[in-house]
Amino acid sequence: MTPVGSLATPDEALVASYLGGPARTGSRFTFWLGLATLIGLAAVAALGLLAVPADDVQGDTVRIIFVHVPSALGAYAAFGLTALGSVMWLWRRSVWWDVTAHAGAEVGVLLCGLTLVTGMLWGRPTWGTYWEWGDVRLVTTLILFLVMVGYLSVRALGGDAASVATRAAVVGLVGAVNIPIVNRSVNWWANRTLHQQSSITDGKLEDLTLFTLFLAFVVAAMAICWMMMHRFRIGWLERQLQARDLHDALAARRAEANR
Amino acid sequence: MSAWRGLSLFVGDARLVAAKDLRIEWRARTTLGQVLPFALLVLVLFGFALDANRPTLRLATPGLLWMTVLFATVVAVQRSAAVESADGARRVLLLSGMAPAAAFAGKAAAVAMQLLVVEVLLVPGVVLLYDAEVESVPLVAATCIAATVGLAAAGSLLGAVVAGVRAHQTVLPILLLPVSAPVLIAATRAFADGFGTVAVEGWSWVGLLAGFAAANAVVGAVVYGPLLEEA
Repeated sequence: MTPVGSLATPDEALVASYLGGPARTGSRFTFWLGLATLIGLAAVAALGLLAVPADDVQGDTVRIIFVHVPSALGAYAAFGLTALGSVMWLWRRSVWWDVTAHAGAEVGVLLCGLTLVTGMLWGRPTWGTYWEWGDVRLVTTLILFLVMVGYLSVRALGGDAASVATRAAVVGLVGAVNIPIVNRSVNWWANRTLHQQSSITDGKLEDLTLFTLFLAFVVAAMAICWMMMHRFRIGWLERQLQARDLHDALAARRAEANR
Repeated sequence: MSAWRGLSLFVGDARLVAAKDLRIEWRARTTLGQVLPFALLVLVLFGFALDANRPTLRLATPGLLWMTVLFATVVAVQRSAAVESADGARRVLLLSGMAPAAAFAGKAAAVAMQLLVVEVLLVPGVVLLYDAEVESVPLVAATCIAATVGLAAAGSLLGAVVAGVRAHQTVLPILLLPVSAPVLIAATRAFADGFGTVAVEGWSWVGLLAGFAAANAVVGAVVYGPLLEEA
């Protein structure tokens, strides 16, 4: 992998590192990580769908937690990286953090969408409705999802890399500041919550169910790492490509002047 | 420089920017000629959408009014950002030497003034069209001020984010409307109390609106400088 870290702006050192580094996003590590993730996903699917017994109260719908809960926590973690990356870009002009923020937003939107869909699928048989306005976490998560879709649309506006990074970082920061307020307002507004309270700590889950959930967390973490690494490297290579284009254009102008 | 002198400089600069924006607005008549008729039109269309059912309209009045204000905010903020992106005005604002936070405060204040004008006319509008009755004038007034400051702060900041970008008209609503959800919820609840449609504690919602306004004003004041320089 291309050495990264200390370069703050797309300058000549960055161009040199581009010319020396490989233009791909995979490495030996991500290959084995990806393979292990696939095996882990198959194991979670086999355990979750076949081996784990149906819940006394919820029946087969309980199996959705093996996707729903890990993807929800993964989405929050990825968005946390986006918020942190936004602050670090505005504060330190760190390209590394900017690319990380972008990767976190993309991976987070995917996982957040998965959380919402699985939540609604679970809600239909359990609550009798796909969407429950009284559920604070559900409504807040949808608003969070929409804010981050807006973040990605700002990323897609195009233009100078530093300019896009600053615009997106402000959106990330505004989102991070406002999501707690959204949560508070929805909480007061709904004044109650239907959300499934944590079942892990009160000892209601069977041992095998707990083990599968634990495995699902580990596999989800691996999948998120794999996606983040690839997405980060795409972003990093894009930055280097932009820098090289500038370098080439400068060289062409200089060659013209010296002729 | 003493703190007092710094504050008076800040307020002076903010007033300059706000007065400039309001002067441009007054000469172009955008608020009077476009935002206000648009807001009134939305009120009428909501009446059609809810089949002019009086009990439903009375019950829905606070929510409909604040939806209308949200739409008006998008239009007003777009206008405010466009003024800055035309003819390289942002560069001039940056080169003027005033603190970016003061420029932000001025931009937000100008948007807030326009929205307050819209609200002052919308409240009689719902009284006339929807049969609404104002029970508590102080609560309604406080809600308008707190909600408007928050909307203007968040709107001016996000307007600067998309200023000068080709697709800014479509991107701004996606950015502004989700983060404005607390304003819609809180202002609607407070108005439901102020209009006497639902028995809720309106003043605590005003507190939440004030918190939203403070949080977004602080973020805007901190990051407006980098936005002016780079975006």
